[in-house]
Amino acid sequence: MSNKLIDLQHITKSYSGNTVLDDLCLYIRENEFLTLLGPSGCGKTTTLRIIGGFETPDSGQVLFEGKDITALPPNKREVNTVFQKYALFPHMTIADNIAFGLKIRKKSSAYIKDKIKYALKLVNLDGFEDRMPDSLSGGQQQRIAIARAIVNEPKVLLLDEPLGALDLKLRQDMQYELIRLKNELGITFIYVTHDQEEALTMSDTIVVMNQGYIQQIGSPVNIYNEPENAFVADFIGDSNIIEGVMIRDELVEILGARFDCVDKGFGENNPVDVVIRPEDIDLLGPGEGALDGVVTDTIFKGVHYEMCVMSRGFEFVVHSTDYYPVDSKVSISVHPFDIQIMHKPESEDEKAVEIDE
Amino acid sequence: MNSSKNRYLASPYLIWSAGFIIIPLIMVLYYAFTDYDGRLTFSNVSAIIYYVNIKALVLSVIFSVVATLFCLLIAYPLCLILTTVIKNGSSFLSLIFILPMWMNSLLRTYAWQNILERKGVINGILAFLNLPPFYIINKPPAILLGMIYDFLPFMVLPVYNSVSRIDKDILNAARDLGADSFDTFVRIIWPLSLPGVISGITMVFVPSLTTFVISDILGGGKILLIGNVIEQLFTQDSDWNAGAGLSAILMIFIVISMFVTAKYDREDIK
Ligand SMILES: Nc1ncnc2c1ncn2[C@@H]1O[C@H](COP(=O)(O)OP(=O)(O)OP(=O)(O)O)[C@@H](O)[C@H]1O
Ligand SMILES: [Mg+2]
Repeated sequence: MSNKLIDLQHITKSYSGNTVLDDLCLYIRENEFLTLLGPSGCGKTTTLRIIGGFETPDSGQVLFEGKDITALPPNKREVNTVFQKYALFPHMTIADNIAFGLKIRKKSSAYIKDKIKYALKLVNLDGFEDRMPDSLSGGQQQRIAIARAIVNEPKVLLLDEPLGALDLKLRQDMQYELIRLKNELGITFIYVTHDQEEALTMSDTIVVMNQGYIQQIGSPVNIYNEPENAFVADFIGDSNIIEGVMIRDELVEILGARFDCVDKGFGENNPVDVVIRPEDIDLLGPGEGALDGVVTDTIFKGVHYEMCVMSRGFEFVVHSTDYYPVDSKVSISVHPFDIQIMHKPESEDEKAVEIDE
Repeated sequence: MNSSKNRYLASPYLIWSAGFIIIPLIMVLYYAFTDYDGRLTFSNVSAIIYYVNIKALVLSVIFSVVATLFCLLIAYPLCLILTTVIKNGSSFLSLIFILPMWMNSLLRTYAWQNILERKGVINGILAFLNLPPFYIINKPPAILLGMIYDFLPFMVLPVYNSVSRIDKDILNAARDLGADSFDTFVRIIWPLSLPGVISGITMVFVPSLTTFVISDILGGGKILLIGNVIEQLFTQDSDWNAGAGLSAILMIFIVISMFVTAKYDREDIK
């Protein structure tokens, strides 16, 4: 994880006047598992296609190991893609699909045979050589698509929502398999998903995107615990986002009640957004916490109860293992370090946050 | 239970095909293997070995093969350009190529006669420009031109369908795995479009083989194709048995080409 392997510099891309990526800057280090995360239409696939060479940016540069590859066609790039809908060649057997890149590179048939065997073993599909793609299930086709890409030993593997079509169980299995593959092969992964859980589970680095802008780049823990703006907070997991006023350093006022917090440098009496994760709210008896409220809804979620607590006109979402029936009177308490303070959006970039809601 | 219901839905088609396909077919075969008095004979069918007949048949096959080849050579690159280079509005452009199909084919053929005649449109323009005249009317090239023009849409339609149905991401995947444009064409586009090409070939080959209108109008009656021979037997000689005999022979050729199509259709890629 040292130097920049791929460097996107000031990439702008628009389709018929509609700007999809605006001055996007992003670099990927060697051996990193980087995930592009964002809602549908935010430009994830477009970013990936620019790296893969299927689209040319209107302006900006793509550097690969420091060399400008912006104008290089896909077949000349040391990058392989696993497409969202697999894109297996329907008229070829599984073996021929996997061998495609190797045959183009004129590898010996003994080498190709070994590679096919190795790749099929890697994705747990030994013996599938002579099957046709349409006789495979979605998950199996997905794994063949991965096998077809990795036999070429690319430096970077681009994966566009590769698990999108799979059911929950298979998706989780494949998540582990992908991580195992990555560790075994030591390739850099650039992964696209709109599933925040998947992103948090798998990545070294997450890039949260919205409307063509990068909202935040960071490690999963960093993104989850310290979202930089309301969009990231809302997109990553459930959260309560409340307007508040920063009274002074380490003291914030929400809904008329004052909470201690650990954030500094937001000035005095400045409007801010406050993020509180549902699992960070403690429910106490009435009058014991900072804000009194009434439980309006309770759902059992397996591991915990998800409850809605109405307090001074704001509905908090609370996760707790303790059960409070509907209409119970409770109060809300939050530890100072579980309160996350964010600036109100000012710049164009951050406004993208608001429009999407 | 669903399939029995579907069987009822198919009954109009069954009646149709019995009335307009099966019964005429049986009648053709009946006439082909009987003489004027209704006695069994093979002379109608074996008449194909006479020089005039075999010459007309060979000529027909040659014309059809050449016309089919030209149609493919024109239609395939056209469809490639329509689907890859001009993505927007390609369906409109392909419509333009298919549009002539909506005109009566007799009308189209007469139009070509007018254009190619000794004192026709082309030679009028050439004379106006003081260029030497250009005579292909009543010669093989005129018939070929007529066939290609008339049957080109039947090639464009299936080829365009099969080429445009190829998923863009499959082509991208080929490029991604290192294939250049040539490799992508040879290994992906061509094999995936083959079903369309095969059905285009039959759809041009069969009508070219049986036509008598085009050779009549653009060949001036000087070049006899097998279709003309059969037509003359029916209309001028009123010898239905002889005409049916040669038709039966022609049918063998058509059935062979149908078999080829059916074979490839079964291997069609969904
Ligand atoms: N070829 C194209 N022509 C016109 N607009 C396009 C094209 N490709 C993408 N777009 C637009 O660009 C925007 C971003 O598209 P992109 O495919 O990058 O989104 P995404 O983040 O991958 O979304 P999803 O999660 O739905 O796949 C969308 O608004 C889309 O409509
Ligand atoms: Mg996408």
